[in-house]
Parts: sequence; C-alpha cells; structure tokens
Amino acid sequence: MFPELNSILSSSPDSFRSGDFIVLSDRQADASFLIHHYLSFYLRAGCKVCFLGLVQSFSHYSAVSQRLGVSLTQAREKGQLVFLEGLKDSIGVISQEESSQSKLPLSYLRSPGAGLECLFKFVESSVSQNTENEDGEKWGPPVLLIDDLSVLLSLGVSAGAILDFTLYCQATICSELQGNIVILVRREEEDVDDEGSNLLQKGLIHQCSLALHVEGLPTGYCRDIHGQMEVWWRSREDAMYNQRKVFHYKVHDKGASFFARGTSSALL
Amino acid sequence: MAVPGIGMAGPAGVNTTSFQKKSRSKLVSIPGTRPSVQNGQLIVSTGVTSLDYVIGGGLAVGTLLLVEEDRYDSYSRMLLKYFLAEGVVCGHEVFLASDRDHPDEIMQELPSPIVDEVGSVKTKEGQAQPCDQENQDTMTIAWRYQNQPKVQNALASSVRFGHYYDVSKTMEPEVRQAVKCHSFYALQESPTTTELSLLSSPYHALLQSIQSVIRKEGFDVSTPQSKVRNVLRLGLHSLGSPLWGDDLCCTDNPTHCHALTTFLYALRGLLRTSLSVAVVTVPSHLMQNKSVMGQIIRLSDTAIALESFRGSEKETNPLYKDYHGLLHVRQVPRLNCLVCEVPDTKDLAFKLKRKQFTIERLHLPPDLSETVSRVSKIELAGGCGTTATGNKHLDF
Repeated sequence: MFPELNSILSSSPDSFRSGDFIVLSDRQADASFLIHHYLSFYLRAGCKVCFLGLVQSFSHYSAVSQRLGVSLTQAREKGQLVFLEGLKDSIGVISQEESSQSKLPLSYLRSPGAGLECLFKFVESSVSQNTENEDGEKWGPPVLLIDDLSVLLSLGVSAGAILDFTLYCQATICSELQGNIVILVRREEEDVDDEGSNLLQKGLIHQCSLALHVEGLPTGYCRDIHGQMEVWWRSREDAMYNQRKVFHYKVHDKGASFFARGTSSALL
Repeated sequence: MAVPGIGMAGPAGVNTTSFQKKSRSKLVSIPGTRPSVQNGQLIVSTGVTSLDYVIGGGLAVGTLLLVEEDRYDSYSRMLLKYFLAEGVVCGHEVFLASDRDHPDEIMQELPSPIVDEVGSVKTKEGQAQPCDQENQDTMTIAWRYQNQPKVQNALASSVRFGHYYDVSKTMEPEVRQAVKCHSFYALQESPTTTELSLLSSPYHALLQSIQSVIRKEGFDVSTPQSKVRNVLRLGLHSLGSPLWGDDLCCTDNPTHCHALTTFLYALRGLLRTSLSVAVVTVPSHLMQNKSVMGQIIRLSDTAIALESFRGSEKETNPLYKDYHGLLHVRQVPRLNCLVCEVPDTKDLAFKLKRKQFTIERLHLPPDLSETVSRVSKIELAGGCGTTATGNKHLDF
C-alpha cells in the first residue's frame, strides 16, 4: 500500500468508496506495482478478496506483499483471500490430464471460443463463500482483483467474451454486493493496431469509475523517473467528474513515490 | 619508491581472515547457480558475462529469456550456444529443440570454455591459456600506468559468475557428452492431430516432451526428491518460424494466431514449478502481425532483441564502426519485488571479437540523477534570478 497514492485518490483502508470499478493500464511501462498496492490495500481494509493471478506465481505476490506488510498466506488460511494461480493450474488443463470436463475455472484454455462462464462461476462462488472470519465477524465488501486480463486475449479468448465477463462481474460485485473491482490490462504500442486489444481497452474505460494509466516517459528512458501515471476520475456524483491529472512516479523497494511533473529530486 | 603491484589485489588463496561469509545451508546449492543480490532468487549465468550484467545479474531459475533474432540469426544463435555451453560446463542438464538444423548439429558447435584458475574442474587441463602479450612488455615512458588495470569497456559485475568461452574453437566432445542432453527436432516429429487442443501439433509435442523430461528427471519442485538437485536448461530455437508449422511469419492474419502464445503461457507455467530455465529465440523481424510480438514479449520474463548491422545501412555509419549490432533490452522481470533492475542506460551495442561476444555501452548516460552532487544547487539558491536558473548547470 502506497500512502502517497492514497492521498492522491483520497482513500484509505478505513474509508474508501465502494462500488468502484478501477482499470489499471500500462504501455511501455509496468503497472503491476499498482496491483500490489490494491492487493495490500483491500486486505488491510478487511475486505473479502478474490485474486485472479494469471501471469505470476503465488510466491511472487506473496513475497511482494510481505514487503508491503501483508501476509498472503495468512489471509488465505483465514479465508479472506481466494487466490487463483493461473500459471500453475494451466499446465494440467492444456495438456489435458485432468479429466473433469468444463467444470474448471480455466476451461477457456481448452475451448477459448466457449467464453468465460466457468471463470465467472468461480469468482461468484468465491466472493459469496466464507463471508465471515473465525470470530464470526463479516468480512468487508467483496473485491475482485485481476492481474492482467489481456493475457486472455493471447490465449485465444475474444475481446467480446472478456467484456461480457467483466460486465457480469460488475453487475454482481459492484452493483449487487457493493464491492470493488480492480483490473489490469496491457495496452499495445501506439503504432500497433490490434482490434481485440483496442476493443477491450475501450470497453473497460467505458465501464470504469476510475482509470489509472501508466506510461513510460514520452521523452525517453530515465533512471530516476520510471514513468508517468495518468489518473482519470470518471465517477459521477462528486465534483471530480471526468477530471484528469498526470503524475510522475518512481517505484522503490517498499513503495512508490508520486510527484507532479518536473519535480523529481533528480531534476531540482 | 612505488612498490610494484601495490594497488593490485593480493594473490588468491591467502585469504586467512576470520571474517568468513556465513554459509546458507538452507539454500539448495547447485553448481553454476547463486542467489541474486536483489531478490534472493536462484540465478544462473547466460554464458555471456556482459549479458548477465545487463539483465540484472543473470537468469532466475524458473524464468524465460526471449531473444528476438537478428536478421540472419547468427548472433542470436551464438547466444543460444553460449547458454547451452554454460550449462554443459556447470554440469546442468540440457534440452534443445530446433527446427532447421538438427539439435545435435547445434550441440557440436558449442564454444570451447577457457580454463583458468577459477574455472570448472570438469574442463580439461592443458588448454590454451589466455595470455595477454601486451601485459608482458614493460612501459618505458608513462611507467606509472604500468600497474593500472586495463580499461574495461565490457559490462561486467565485480563478482565473477559464469565462464568465458572461446568462440573460435568448439567444445571437446567428451566434455559435451558428460552431461545429459535431451533434444527435440521439429521436422522429425510425425504430425499428430489433436482436435481438442488449442495448440498446433509441433508445439503440443514439444510441450509434452519438455513436461516428460521435467517429470522423469526430477526437476519438479513440488515432488520431494532425495537425489541431488540439478538445473535443466531449455534452449528453443526459432519458435514461430514456418518450420514449426506456424504461419505467424507468413500472413498478417494467421490461422493459429494463439498457438505460440498459448505454448509460451504453458511453458512459463511449467518453468515456474520446476528447476529449469529457458532461452527462446523468435524471428521477430519475420512476423507480420506486430501485436502478436507484443504479446510474446509480455509472456516472457526477460526479453532482449538483437539488431545486427549486417545488411543494413547502419553498417557504414561511423558511430557504429566498432560494433556489430545493437542490443535492446525490451523487458526485465520483476520477481518477488516491486522494482526491477534499473540500468543507467538503454543504449547498448554488441560486438563479436575474435574469441568472444561482448556487450558494451554505446555511450555514457547523461549525468542527471539523484545521486550526483551538484555544485550549482547552492548558487541557484543564492543570488540568481529565477528566470536564468533552468540551464545553469548545463553551462560549460
């Protein structure tokens, strides 16, 4: 959890808006540090978290969260966190060893044309199960985090099917259960025109209430500024409607710092 | 009055200090590996010391290095051979898959290791020692510089990791045969049709072949093994080329658009759960659909691209006269930590000397950083007006 980002977004684990649909995107930079931020943020807030880690192993997320002061293993044992390890589970599905047909959350690997219904069933059941901790208290509102939704495009799932999946998740988690969704997608390079990726990006931006876009510096590579982050508030109620702000950022060992453009300590 | 060699490091082997490095008995110790200084990951060398430096110390076990081939596949093939040779010298097991040339042919071309005092025990004694003739003759003028270390252009870390190779010679067959080598030849595989699978047939067969090696030879980390652990090095040559039954290179709208990406996804899953490390070369300049290349890079952990000057107009550019091509680091992995290794410059070039492949900085980076001490800062705070301060420290 990065306190500086919390103050930019004016949210904290004690008070955050529910029903938010947050889209993280990146191009020529890595926005995965934001996923780690949100993972530790919602675990601290006591939410029931469902994490679809499609591109990295559990140990990776666990090691990073340890540095940010949250233990994923404990959260998993307590039932607060449901973790789907896409990479590890995919081998069995692709090499067709597991016999149970079409009941797996990752069945899209076998028949990508069929859509993501099974994955949605998995999400739905995991946010509705075990809603109480051992003391009988209820977990906070459910949260769905997806690390890299665009990897599904590489696996042959169509952009339409992915957008259907996100709409279903939004209806269930954001509207019905008043929870939050955080999704990371990777944007293509500017000169590349990929239909599926563009469609996915546009659809998600249309749906979202807050978009964070991370990009490399337009002026080129720099060692002390890792890139720029554009914050785009799209929520409708308050004055922040449709406002955009750009910050430069630098990722550290245990956090990240955000500063206004041109105010890096390397320059001043 | 100057004692000769006073600035040099003491002779090796007289290290009698009581400050011994605490040995970590918990970590599995496999020859040719060491824990990374950044994140504690077990890393292996790529065989090219300067490449190790560029990608942050080495290749973490369980990850995938993508090499975008140069136009004629000469330097990328050399990197692959370096990677395999390092595996042979360290005693790792090797798996090689190729399409055009038979894997055995590539194995025969492995460069010969240069033996020196730190070298591996496995290599034969009595091979040519790399003796520097220039060091022998004494300086008559400017003798003060006699004991100065020679200017080191090539990138290297302070700690020695990996071995040096002589590309002008090939490795001795008996050294090569000492390690277990598995191979996969794409053209030899009989085409099997798997209707259920998303993967086209050669990729599917390759994945199954890798999986069976990992299972049988005990590289799987999940199953407890009593025998000594070892690392499996996978070298996959020219994936995505037409000989793999892939039409990524031929058309803009390939029919098996997701075959290679799905294969890489599954391969990454396999690597993460086993003690293995892979180098994949891909002919990216042939790919018509650029978005597929972007997906391939994102599905690998480390990605580098070789851009050879051969056949391009850069060959005659005086800026590049010392080099054979440019090296682009497309992606450096973030493993178990938030930050990745941040290089100070991204402008790197490679050259193939008579015996050695090295990567060097094309130029020094601009001196703008948080760590640099800036004298002008105090002056700025002093009298100067705010209008002229902007380029103050850029004045000569």
